Amino acid sequence: MIDKKSGVVKANTVILHTAALFLLPLQILFSVFLLLRGHDEPGGGFIAGLVASGAVVLYLFAHGVESTRRIMRFDPRDILGLGLLFGVISGLIAPFMGEPFFTAQWWTLYLGAETEIKLSTVLLFDIGVYFAVLGTILTVVVSLTEAEE
Amino acid sequence: MLFAVFSGFVLAALTPWLIGLVKDRIGWLLALLPLGLTFYFVSHIPAVSNGEVILQSWDWMPGLDINLSFMLDGLSLMFALLISFIGTFILIYAGSYLRGHRYLGRFYVTMLCFMASMLGVVLSDNLISLFVFWELTSITSYLLIGFNHEDKDARKCALQGLLVTVGGGLALMAGLIMLGMAGGSFELSEILNSDNDLLTSSFTVGMILCILAGTFTKSAQFPFHFWLPNAMAAPTPVSAYLHSATMVKAGVYLMARLNPGLGEHPLWTALLCSAGAVTMVLGAYLAYSATGVKKVLAYSTIMALGTLTMLIGIGTDHAMIAFATFLLAHSLYKGALFMIAGILDHETGTKDLTVMGGLRSAMPITAVAATVAGLSLAGMPPLFGFVAKEALFEAVLGAPWQGAVLIVAAVASAILVIAVAGAIAVKPFWGALGNTPKKPHEAPIGMLLGPIVLAFTSLLFGVVLYAPDTLLVAAAVTSVKGAPVDFYLSLWHGVNWPLILSIGSVVAGVTLYLLWNANRRILIKVNGAVSRFGPEAGYFKMMDGFVGIANWHTRVLQNGVMGNYMIVLVMTTVILTGYTLLSQHGFYLALNLSDMNFYEGAIALLLTIAAIYVILTRSRLGAVATLGVLGFSVALIFILFSAPDLGITQVLVETLTVILLVLVLFKLPGFSHYSTRFEIWRDGTVAVFFGVLMTLLVHAAIDVRYFESISSYFVQASYPDAQGRNIVNVILVDFRALDTLGELFVLAIAALGVFSMLNLRAEVKKS
Repeated sequence: MIDKKSGVVKANTVILHTAALFLLPLQILFSVFLLLRGHDEPGGGFIAGLVASGAVVLYLFAHGVESTRRIMRFDPRDILGLGLLFGVISGLIAPFMGEPFFTAQWWTLYLGAETEIKLSTVLLFDIGVYFAVLGTILTVVVSLTEAEE
Repeated sequence: MLFAVFSGFVLAALTPWLIGLVKDRIGWLLALLPLGLTFYFVSHIPAVSNGEVILQSWDWMPGLDINLSFMLDGLSLMFALLISFIGTFILIYAGSYLRGHRYLGRFYVTMLCFMASMLGVVLSDNLISLFVFWELTSITSYLLIGFNHEDKDARKCALQGLLVTVGGGLALMAGLIMLGMAGGSFELSEILNSDNDLLTSSFTVGMILCILAGTFTKSAQFPFHFWLPNAMAAPTPVSAYLHSATMVKAGVYLMARLNPGLGEHPLWTALLCSAGAVTMVLGAYLAYSATGVKKVLAYSTIMALGTLTMLIGIGTDHAMIAFATFLLAHSLYKGALFMIAGILDHETGTKDLTVMGGLRSAMPITAVAATVAGLSLAGMPPLFGFVAKEALFEAVLGAPWQGAVLIVAAVASAILVIAVAGAIAVKPFWGALGNTPKKPHEAPIGMLLGPIVLAFTSLLFGVVLYAPDTLLVAAAVTSVKGAPVDFYLSLWHGVNWPLILSIGSVVAGVTLYLLWNANRRILIKVNGAVSRFGPEAGYFKMMDGFVGIANWHTRVLQNGVMGNYMIVLVMTTVILTGYTLLSQHGFYLALNLSDMNFYEGAIALLLTIAAIYVILTRSRLGAVATLGVLGFSVALIFILFSAPDLGITQVLVETLTVILLVLVLFKLPGFSHYSTRFEIWRDGTVAVFFGVLMTLLVHAAIDVRYFESISSYFVQASYPDAQGRNIVNVILVDFRALDTLGELFVLAIAALGVFSMLNLRAEVKKS
């Protein structure tokens, strides 16, 4: 597992290499599932963010930093900033409605007769938490891995 | 008035775009704002001079009694007019002075912010908002003094100004809070107009000392005067605006503002009169001994600030008249003279008065403006400065506290100032042509406009005295005194003591001016000897002391040995918490294991074995993996006791922690040595203490319930109020969203900390 000479974690098992490819989308999907159901069932932005970071970290161990950066498209720090931005915006909507900072705002979206989707600043905030956690962990892990190389 | 104050900030935000549109003409464009504000304030003159006080209030933090409330009376109107009127010409002037400067946009942004904050200071009715604007002026001043930030000296001087004024600002905050408590309100208009026990409250002495610490530092009173001449490192428009006409007068403003409430206190009188008189004479003397054109003006500003402080301290009707007149006169001629100093510097390439001379043919317009402003500074009729000086003499002649001393001080400084006026307004323009680095020529119109307008306003006010008298001075006197005062200003009072003193000081002053060159060498020697013991030397000793203590402190506490940090943290917790626990609760440890299930026992056993293995193992990787086992076992406990969210989180966090630790461990070299026997025992003892403390603490937490737990409220309110059934999540993202947001920022800072630490290291390696 560990290449002593360069000190880098190398993916030299086919199983890990292949599994990571398939696990990544599944785990991300699972994290989104956790995020969305979090308000009523166990889950939520924090846990979902951890699951998503776990997914990316597994991929990183299997395929290395370069490849991970490629599939992420964004710098982890941008993800972190996006999370904070969502958090602040979700709080700032209430003052525009004439209510104190961070008062939750709810809107219901009707899709057909029986289906409705509840949207809220709370959900936006949870998404912010998700990205902030994901961004934080990836920033740390990616910096650590890159510092090794 | 809210708009008047905030328009400056808004325009500051737009400046970077505007500067791209109009390039070099930006000064003219931006000056439209203070010009408009001048008209706005002028339109209030009729109402205010009739004795009306205009109050306006907007809620800011109503729960804390903090409002954005504004008051416009005679005193604030006079200041507001000076700020916007002089500001207009300063902005135009700066456009020419800094033409093509790389950071012109940055300059205007800070300058406009300063102007808006200064208006905020003089218009605020609420003590807290006044303080906020007060600090904003300190910060913008810091940025402006250090404008040439590549210059080490400028940075040092900026920091000095900041530390002195902000240090005083801290004291001021305490003073204002005491004032609010003693006065029963945080609105100035209510404090000063109601019957309260301001003078008899137990806070009074502390309050006066704290407030004066703030105003003396801001207004450069002895012994804090040293930062002001150093602030001349700023570009000249800044010196002209902040460090003569406006910001340094904020302290004077506040003292004048509070005078109706505190003026009767003997401590107030004694401190203001003595500090003011010392500052006045010292400033005049230092102005006479300086040779840099800006330094001379800076010291003469210190002299003026001392005079104003002293006049407030004297507190008679005459003193108040003199205060308002002198304030107006000084702002006008000093603003003009500073801009002229900038012209001289700009067009001749030197700041040194000793090499200037005979410039009147090259710069005739500047020479005229300088003469008029200089005459006003010297207090010659028929300029407004003369009226101010006569009023000053009249005030000290009637001073109830140490009158004789104050008369001597006032005459001495008047004599010196006349000599200084000669040095600044006569010497550069007359006599033999000096040997200046640049061939002198007349300044552009943008730079001339300000000095001309300000100098001739001095002349106009002197000739047409009823204008400043009825429109501005009377109303300002009323607000400083707290009651209307009957008086009129005039150039000719007949032959009386003030006139005799004036004539005497002119004769002595002219003599001193003629000796200006001859006295140089002695003055340099004397000042060099004294400065080793002056307050500035004390300031540098204090700063060195701070650095020394910080060094020692860092060496001892932040020594970089992680183990020590841990021991200090853990033992502090053990001692403080343990002491509280034992003294408040006592030592109870009653284990009831009867309803324990076997699988719970199994998890506990697993935990124990893992903990022992971590201690005994010699492999880092093994230790980390076993710590993981510990974490997962704890997660199991959470799940068994029906806290699935917590359990999931724990599992995920454990996984990631192990990964992070493994990543870090790869970077570490092998063990250089194992712990000594002493270290093992020491660490073991600390660990045992902590374990015992936590056990007792958990037990105590289960036993003791001081008040009803809030969790039942969350359980009830979760669905009806927050539309969520997962209480943990609802608390995190709704009930306590602000806390969570704070934690997100903590996470972000931690991540950026790791990022920068690792990358900084990489850079060091490369180089």
